[in-house]
Amino acid sequence: MSGLFAIMMVLVLALLSAGVLAVVIIVLYNGLVRLRQQVKNAWSQIDVQLKRRHDLIPNLVETVKGYAAHEKETLERVIQARSAAVKAQGVAEQSKAEQMLSGALGRLMLIVERYPDLKANQNFLALQEELTSTENRIGFARQHFNDMVMGYNTKIQTIPTNIVAGLFHFKEEDFFEIEEPAERETPKVKF
Amino acid sequence: MWEAIRSNRRKSWLLVGLLGALLVCLGAAIGWAAIGDPGIGGSAGALGALALWLVLMLIAFFGGDRLLLSSAHARRIAKEDMPRLWNVVEEMTIASGLGKMPSVHLIDDPSPNAFAVGRQAETASVAVTTGLLKRLNRDELQGVVAHEVGHIKNLDVRFMTIASVTVGSIAVISEVFLRSLYYGGGRRRSRSSSRGGGQAQAVILLGVILLAVLAPVAARLLYLACSRRREYLADASAARFTRYPKGLASALEKISHKAKPPKHTNRAVAPLYIVNPLQARAPGGFFSTHPPTDDRIRILRSMGGGAGFAAYETAYRNVHGKNQHCLSDGTLSGQKDVPVRPPTVEAEPEQETLEQAREALDYLDRLADFLLIPCVCGLRIKIPPGFQQAMIACPRCGRRHDVPKALEIAPTDAPKESGQPAAGPITRYVRKGKGWESFKCSCGHAIHLSPQFGGTRAKCPECGRHIDVAPPGSS
Repeated sequence: MSGLFAIMMVLVLALLSAGVLAVVIIVLYNGLVRLRQQVKNAWSQIDVQLKRRHDLIPNLVETVKGYAAHEKETLERVIQARSAAVKAQGVAEQSKAEQMLSGALGRLMLIVERYPDLKANQNFLALQEELTSTENRIGFARQHFNDMVMGYNTKIQTIPTNIVAGLFHFKEEDFFEIEEPAERETPKVKF
Repeated sequence: MWEAIRSNRRKSWLLVGLLGALLVCLGAAIGWAAIGDPGIGGSAGALGALALWLVLMLIAFFGGDRLLLSSAHARRIAKEDMPRLWNVVEEMTIASGLGKMPSVHLIDDPSPNAFAVGRQAETASVAVTTGLLKRLNRDELQGVVAHEVGHIKNLDVRFMTIASVTVGSIAVISEVFLRSLYYGGGRRRSRSSSRGGGQAQAVILLGVILLAVLAPVAARLLYLACSRRREYLADASAARFTRYPKGLASALEKISHKAKPPKHTNRAVAPLYIVNPLQARAPGGFFSTHPPTDDRIRILRSMGGGAGFAAYETAYRNVHGKNQHCLSDGTLSGQKDVPVRPPTVEAEPEQETLEQAREALDYLDRLADFLLIPCVCGLRIKIPPGFQQAMIACPRCGRRHDVPKALEIAPTDAPKESGQPAAGPITRYVRKGKGWESFKCSCGHAIHLSPQFGGTRAKCPECGRHIDVAPPGSS
């Protein structure tokens, strides 16, 4: 009799532990899915801010053209860089095109320094604030993305989540590296 | 980041549980003492306490935000009204990963301050005074907004609302009970069933009174300790979001030295501000909702090249001692080094003219024999001639500086900074002109002669010696 009882107890215990294990796995899995989703959201936020910059540029070019019409070359370069960035597909192409655009905008700002009338223009000041804010937002979106990636990668690597990660093929994500660390600064030239 | 929020949730439930238990115990004890029967009295008291708590909680949750905003006279603004502020709030939303941008409000007040309300990110609001917007540059504004967004992100407002309602309920109940004792004490004796029971009743009553007196104090201390901890966490979050702790540090410097109480504030709203407007100059301690501002500034400024939680924790330990913990282990787990970003370069013509004005005034001060001591924080301390003390504390950051030997002015000739004391007691002083003049009596006390002084003898207030004052030109 007691032998049967013992077997029953072992069975019940086994079932319970299996149940607990299943719950733990489900919880960990959901956690990983949530973190991965956050990474994806952060990536799309970068896209949103980049698009915002694209939309801002035509207005900026028009305003500058009104005051510095003979700076055609720089303006042309900005417009070209913008169209290239809009057309770019895929992460590598996108990041390269965006960097070119940042460079072109930087050169444009250098030129603006030479036109005090333009610098004082209300319209231009508002646009410059928007541009600074957009650059900041792109930077913060990248920063947030990298933070999310860091959290996600750490979770994948630590025990016990790494077991679940291995089981369900969660891969590490790449950080969004900025090749030029000075890219975010709005260049300032003093004559 | 998520660890911080989750450990906050756990701690909030723990704290609320503790406070709630205290509330229920107090209610039960009072009910027992009032009715005399432990079973019925106790449960009635406990239920009454819980009912009160529930009512207050509902009020706080459903009206709280709007009430606080309108009591501070904050009006909601759109992007066109204040584009820079709007942009900064949106930048911080992105950096913190809040999801939905909080609504932005403006308070018409010259004193600089800011606060945030909102139980969760979707219904949050950030309010800022016009005084703040005028004084801070972009980096500093970003720091302040990041601090407020940090509060929202860490669900601090929800936690503090729950905690303060519980503390308030405890205070109300004990207040009502103690007052009822004062006004209607005699009734209780008649309810005791036997003479022997009367003595036990008295002891129990004493115990309950003690509890009623101590409970609100204990609850408040717990609440305040948590409030201070939350402020440090919000500071750390701000440093992490902006990647530029110096921004928030210099913003706090500007705010704390100018903080007069804003026109429309009261004790209910005060803890939510970034610097408690009613305790602006208070040194901190057990009874303040915010840690001392100097402390916060010092921690932020000593974070070195790092901007993450680990750097903040290290800085905190450097300032407070190796055994003090600020951020929980959950917050610190998995944190890698996070570097600081360079400051934002801004076109600030007003700053330049201000700088020029300062330099001109400093030059004039130097001509008038003022001593200029540059402090590490950037302030130039101006010491008037005749200054007696050996040390002076910088008005901005509090660092102490040695004052070079006080300017000695020889009575007969006119060198500007003479280090040699005159030999023998001074009995005669020749005036140099018509304006203010100072010289030192032999006892060391500085004697100042005003332009209106027309007498021929001055008496030293310290030692009583008489010194002849001769008009300019005499030998």
